Amino acid sequence: MSTDTAARPVRRFESLLRARELGIAIVIVLVVAITAVRNSNFLDAQSVQQLLSGAALIALLSVGETMVIITRNVDLSVGSTVGLSAYVFGDLFKYQHISVVAGFAVGIVLGAVVGAVNGLVTTVLRVPSLVVTLAMLYVIRGVDGMIVNGHTIDPTAIPHAFTEVGYRTLFGVPWLAIIVIVVVAVAGYAMRSFRASRDLYAIGSNPEAAALAGIPAGRRVFTAFVISGTLAGLAGALFLALHAQVDNSGGIGYELAVVAAVVVGGVAIFGGSGTVVGAALGALLLNTINQALVASKVSSFWNMAVAGGLLLAAIAFDRWLSLRVARGLKSARGVHRDV
Amino acid sequence: MTSDMATRARHSPGDEGTDTAGRRARWRSAARWEVGLVVVLIGVLVFGAGESSTFVDPTTFFYLGINIGYIAIMALPMTLIVMTGEIDLSVASMLGLSGSVLGVLWHHGWSFVPAVVVALLVGALGGALNGILVAKAGLPSIAVTIGTLTLFRGLAEILLGSLTVPAAGDRQFPAALTNIGVAPIPGTQLSYTTVIFLVLAVVCGVVLHATPLGRAMHAVGLQPEAAQFSGIRVRRIKFWLYVVSGVVCAFAGMLLTLQNSSVSYSAGTGLELNVVAIVLFGGVSIFGGRGTVVGVVLSVAIFGALQMALTQLNVQPEIQNIITGALLLISVVVPNGGEAIGRLRERIKRK
Repeated sequence: MSTDTAARPVRRFESLLRARELGIAIVIVLVVAITAVRNSNFLDAQSVQQLLSGAALIALLSVGETMVIITRNVDLSVGSTVGLSAYVFGDLFKYQHISVVAGFAVGIVLGAVVGAVNGLVTTVLRVPSLVVTLAMLYVIRGVDGMIVNGHTIDPTAIPHAFTEVGYRTLFGVPWLAIIVIVVVAVAGYAMRSFRASRDLYAIGSNPEAAALAGIPAGRRVFTAFVISGTLAGLAGALFLALHAQVDNSGGIGYELAVVAAVVVGGVAIFGGSGTVVGAALGALLLNTINQALVASKVSSFWNMAVAGGLLLAAIAFDRWLSLRVARGLKSARGVHRDV
Repeated sequence: MTSDMATRARHSPGDEGTDTAGRRARWRSAARWEVGLVVVLIGVLVFGAGESSTFVDPTTFFYLGINIGYIAIMALPMTLIVMTGEIDLSVASMLGLSGSVLGVLWHHGWSFVPAVVVALLVGALGGALNGILVAKAGLPSIAVTIGTLTLFRGLAEILLGSLTVPAAGDRQFPAALTNIGVAPIPGTQLSYTTVIFLVLAVVCGVVLHATPLGRAMHAVGLQPEAAQFSGIRVRRIKFWLYVVSGVVCAFAGMLLTLQNSSVSYSAGTGLELNVVAIVLFGGVSIFGGRGTVVGVVLSVAIFGALQMALTQLNVQPEIQNIITGALLLISVVVPNGGEAIGRLRERIKRK
């Protein structure tokens, strides 16, 4: 196959993906604009900062989750990992008085270990990651509960310098959001440019073909799980900075919120396509809608129903889009191709 | 779940088509998994009886049914759906939604039976929504049902808000029915939920393992395209399974409401993953096509008995979480471990 016939559908597909991110961005702007008209406080610096901080953790987790889902796997253990990392971090602050940097390191290493276990079991034993990470969700939550043992880490135990990460801003942007934006930018660049990360797409699109092409699938999938775990560890540390307190319930239910954000962000649940930027925007969109409902004085009871409806709409829209692309490719090339 | 589990069971007598050797292998490995579960169950019972003086007691059995009955009921339609290679993560939200529908109608002075009928209808409609999106539109069920998980719980929240029904000034639910939460079926020590679960399990087992429809479900899970070409109505089967799941989960919602004599919108939050864990531990393959209702019933018994034993021993719920996770891990590691070791050995030999 010559390069130019191959390039055309690829470029077209990429431009569609880009359009998807643009689409989410437009919806976010629309939601913000409509809400701002109804409630002028919505665009206050403080309100915007709240919006960004609120979305930050799920957006951060969605980066790792995207990498895992692109390989046709899923990581359901992220919520428990956030809880564990946050509590262990806080516990070390309270009783060992460790430095902030050391605390971050511990949280991140914890997350990486969890990710490595997920990755090892999934790739070495070749068992479905959904089962493995579901099991890990329970195991980690249990370990967390044993460590917590009914205690709570409250704000008095946490150094001031650390909680500032949660609310201080730089040029009006919360530190929390800056950290996440940097991670998203780096991951976004890496996912476009590095060979290893393109391999993730190949593995998810067609595992057999990827294996025949000599891609070390096991190693790549393992790495994706480690990255997801690592980011969950980091998110745990940031969770503590944001809330300044944690008990045994930190991060409960995050796993499905993250998968929801990733799906809204245009990542195919069966792997092979999607971007981390899209996923992070998906997280921002879901949080923006939550906040918009609050600002519009719609009862907060509506939050979940709207989020659920939106999620279904996003999935249906994806399907429609991919059918269109498939049809477009078919008529353009005169042959059947799977998208 | 491959290898050993891949050669696992079809219990149906309609197996004549396959060669005897294959069938024997299948029976053997099927037996192995369910036998393993029986051994684990006996181990749990012996452990419970040995460690806790109150474990061997009729009331233990009653409370076991109260604790796990409504979860176990949701595991049955989940088993059938996972058999066809799909999943339904909206089960616990449907339980909460139907309870909330019942609650809000009761709060507004409806009598009990019409309220139940409406709640079950809502279950059917919710299931049909899942079914349309998964079976007709062909969308991935894991994504769709995370969406409806959020949607159903959201609707429950809109209906009840912060209200707990019966609220102050409301009538109580009919005492004859809320009795299922405090008294066993007369003359036995079985809770009503236990018996309902067992009856539904028999129905599911017969359908899955002894009818053409059950054979079709296996086929859909193993090879959807081949099933389609052999004339099985793949979409229709999936659609109706989701409807059944919606109705059964709505019914579980009624039972939980009556058992607790009250309902709030958050009833059963997060139980979907427990249900999935029970089904998978019962030996049903997440990829579909393999598994038995017997395995799922044994899995329910193991989780229920373990929970009772550990609670009586005052073991922290945290450790129960760890054990749940560990059992689930073991359920995939054991059947695949041997194969993985073989692969490693081969790799070392090649080097």
